[in-house]
Amino acid sequence: MIIVAEGLEQTYSSLGRQLTVLANINLIVEPQGFVAIVGPSGSGKTTLLGLLAGLDRPTAGNVLLDSQDLSLLTEDQRARLRAERVGFVFQNFQLIPTLTALENVLVPAELRRSLGGYDRGGAEDRALALLGRVGLSDRIDHYPAQLSGGEQQRVALARAFANQPKILFADEPTGNLDTETGRTVIDLLVRLNAEEKTTLVLVTHDPELAARAHRIVRLSGGHIVPEPDAHQ
Amino acid sequence: MTGLSFAVSMARREGRSSRRRLGLYMGSISLGVAALVSINSFRSNVIDAIHSESRGLLGADLELRSLRPFPDTLQKLLDSLVSSGIPISNATNFASMALAPRTQRTRMVEVRAMSGDFPYYGTITTEPPGRWASLQTGRFALIDPSVLVQLEVDVGDTLAIGTARFVIDGLISHIPGEFDFVTAFGGRIFIPGAYVEETGLLETGSRNVYRAFLKFANEETLDDFLNANREFLREQQIRYETARQREADFTEAISIMTRFLGLVGLVALLLGGVGVASAVHVFVKNKLSTVAILRCIGASQGTVFSIYLLQAGLLGLMGSALGVGIGIVVQATLPDVLRSFMPLEVTMSLVRPALIGGLLIGAWVAIIFTLLPLLEVRNVSPLQALRREFEASRGRSKLQLAALAAVIVTMAALSVGQAPNWATGAAFALALAVATSLLWLFAWIVMRTTRRFLPRRASYVVRQGIANLYRPHNQTVAVTLAVGFGIFLIATLYVVQRNLVSRLAVDATATRPSLVLFDIQADQREGVQQVLTARGLPLIATTPIVPARISHLNGRATSEILKDTTDRRRSRWPLTREYRNTYRDTLVSSERVVAGKWWGQEERENGLPSISLEKDLASQLAVSIGDHITWDIQGVRIETEIASFREVDWARLEPNFFVVFQPGSLDGVPQTFVTLTRAETATDRAELQRDVVLAFPNVVVMDLAAVQDAIESIVESVALAIRFMAFFSIASGMIVLVGAIATSRFQRIRESVLLKTLGARKRLIGRILLTEYTFLGLLAGLAGTVLGIFAGWAVVTLMFRLAFKLPNIQLVLLWLGTAAATASIGLFNSRDVFRKPPLVVIREMGE
Repeated sequence: MIIVAEGLEQTYSSLGRQLTVLANINLIVEPQGFVAIVGPSGSGKTTLLGLLAGLDRPTAGNVLLDSQDLSLLTEDQRARLRAERVGFVFQNFQLIPTLTALENVLVPAELRRSLGGYDRGGAEDRALALLGRVGLSDRIDHYPAQLSGGEQQRVALARAFANQPKILFADEPTGNLDTETGRTVIDLLVRLNAEEKTTLVLVTHDPELAARAHRIVRLSGGHIVPEPDAHQ
Repeated sequence: MTGLSFAVSMARREGRSSRRRLGLYMGSISLGVAALVSINSFRSNVIDAIHSESRGLLGADLELRSLRPFPDTLQKLLDSLVSSGIPISNATNFASMALAPRTQRTRMVEVRAMSGDFPYYGTITTEPPGRWASLQTGRFALIDPSVLVQLEVDVGDTLAIGTARFVIDGLISHIPGEFDFVTAFGGRIFIPGAYVEETGLLETGSRNVYRAFLKFANEETLDDFLNANREFLREQQIRYETARQREADFTEAISIMTRFLGLVGLVALLLGGVGVASAVHVFVKNKLSTVAILRCIGASQGTVFSIYLLQAGLLGLMGSALGVGIGIVVQATLPDVLRSFMPLEVTMSLVRPALIGGLLIGAWVAIIFTLLPLLEVRNVSPLQALRREFEASRGRSKLQLAALAAVIVTMAALSVGQAPNWATGAAFALALAVATSLLWLFAWIVMRTTRRFLPRRASYVVRQGIANLYRPHNQTVAVTLAVGFGIFLIATLYVVQRNLVSRLAVDATATRPSLVLFDIQADQREGVQQVLTARGLPLIATTPIVPARISHLNGRATSEILKDTTDRRRSRWPLTREYRNTYRDTLVSSERVVAGKWWGQEERENGLPSISLEKDLASQLAVSIGDHITWDIQGVRIETEIASFREVDWARLEPNFFVVFQPGSLDGVPQTFVTLTRAETATDRAELQRDVVLAFPNVVVMDLAAVQDAIESIVESVALAIRFMAFFSIASGMIVLVGAIATSRFQRIRESVLLKTLGARKRLIGRILLTEYTFLGLLAGLAGTVLGIFAGWAVVTLMFRLAFKLPNIQLVLLWLGTAAATASIGLFNSRDVFRKPPLVVIREMGE
């Protein structure tokens, strides 16, 4: 199992009130699985994604990410785990505005190299290849602001796969795109996921995207709603 | 080490865009560094120059000096030295009137009658060159250029000094070891000692100084001489100075002065730091999402922090290096700014410790001021990449408190390191802290109250303009601090200068004197009075002057008291000095009795004449009412009893006295008279001086207007030097202002585009900006001016102990000027905010 979440609970205190965002979440994701987390706004989708990726600590319960118990790791150790095994795609692309497309894609590789990893030449070749695979070979020196939304998200996809992550987390990857562009991005995401043999966990509102997942986890009011007709 | 290489490459790439925005701020560090580098390099240059000229500063190895002609015993000793091969030169200095017969102009001068081969070291330069060597060959005079100008004479003209005539043979350009501003008081005239008797002035002069310059074969013979004769010289009340002492004195004086100026420069560095902190604060706010992304994809806190610390450190180092460069340029201009205070020619050279020190200090200050806002980066959660509304943790971390402590410790250490001594440094650091806090508080309170009491019905332009001052990410406090501090320095300096100068001003009321005539002999009193009457001038007062020394204190001989080194209560100078005492039966307006009783008409009780002492002198002598002082008045001993202490306002330009005798006690002792009169116009004063000099060549006329001018020019020289250093702070403040505008440029452009889209015209946007910057300028100017008034008040009343007067109009002008300058700089630097068409701007923002 690549992700095991047990009894996850997340509570925030806001204005003196306890606000339970997630409760009693148990989830298992198999290697190379493709899970879509769906649900209405405020149902706790993004919070769950954050907990699974180790971006935040749960109030209760724990997460095993690629056999690592996140609750036993420090913040920097979790960061290292992400750098080495996790990729991210965000709703609003989240490219670093001061870096070119190529430099953005290179960031994870360089980060990993600085943690004691691999050859730079290889990283650049791979970054160029990935940009080629998302169809942006001619835009590598452009800054995010010079790219359209769809192009930015394709750069983000290239970045997400740069380190050959075992797990990819995507937060509403098509949420800021029009239908047509969104479809292109989904196609790319699904294809890269298959080619790279990555486990994909994504949060989405988009029924079309959710439909392509192997499994749908439906959240409502912080709980997982049983999904009788999900194909497993 | 993990993460560092990544941080370096990220910092390099990220830096491309921030370099321009942050670069300007690093410029504010540059000016602070420039101020320190220049003044510290200059100090080193001057001290080197003093060291290399060393003996040239005195012109000899030893100078002996007395206010009375050398006693026979000393003269015999000197004669024996000459016969043993030690060269000795003599000089007699005295005040006199110089009269130019051709132009009929007169001026008070300081005559120096020289004999011998002085100077033995260094050279006195003249114009035309070489005239010093030929001075002794005839009745020649070498004079200061100021004397030449005021007497309206040329080289080759004749000058009358007393009853002697001298031909002006040239001008004095430079004498090593003498400060130029001294000549502003009394111009110097050098004449050959052989003809000094012809002037007939030595007998009547009350301010003669007799000097001898000795040249020794080596240090050992000098030490031997001093060891053998130190006691003898003290007994004879002969002061002496060695070349080594003079070198040490000069070094100390220059060191103190330049270190004080360095402190003023330190303010610029502090403001630079505030600017950096403010810029980094805004910078960090704009980088929060990038930080969150990096954290999300696996960069550790430390790595992300390093990315930005490296950028700031590198920019700080660059700003600092630029500052070192500017400092070198400024260093070259300092000799001109400080010319009046330099006892010698200073050659400029690069001082490596000052340059490296400046570079490191600048980089360090930039980094610690960066840390404070930059530490916020550590609090950014990777979750912020997913959800924008996520709140960053609040409150200051321990690290931030540590950074704040580092800032305080650094500034205190720099103050102490720069100051002439520990206490001054600590006091300055405290003053910096207080001024910073007060400006901060002031800005905060004014902003708060304005926001609160801003009339709701005020026009949209006013409300929007003022609202901009407390928008999120505003830099109002930083700009107020930076601009306000500069204004604070200028205002303080101005208030103090005005108070000093106005206190010294010749009083405009008709009963106040404008001319002082001294060295009037007893038999000349009537004659002088007739000259005044003939000119229709009032005789305001005539005061007798009795030169005296203290010979016994309560029956104990002065020489005995001086030998007793265990007595630390008493200062030495009041026991060895030459007093100029007077006697009268009434108090004058510049003094009042603070202890004891002023004498009335009644008889003396125990037969001893009463005297009244100035209170500070009394405390230096450690005497009380009823104590006895025995005076040596040119060989005559008179015992007196202290009847009262007086407080004297020395700032008044009229004769004031340490010691006043009861009338009748000094009948028959040698005395001269001082007469006060008043002539309104410069012509009247010049004509009176000429009449007096023609009739009584020995009487010296001091024109108080000229003295006042001289004092004002000295005060102005000092103020100029301080203003020069304060300028760095003002410029730093302006850079912070420009930087603040540049940093908020994108936010403003976005707003103005929005307003334009909503239908606002350029004019409206311009007016909103104008309101904002004018208000900011008014705020900063007011904060600085008010603080300056308080600081000025403190200096004037506590340090100089003078009555305080506020130069209202000038300060209001300073305030409004600050507002106008701030508004102009603000509008000029945001011109593209309201000028450029929205589309161009939007495209630019996208880069």
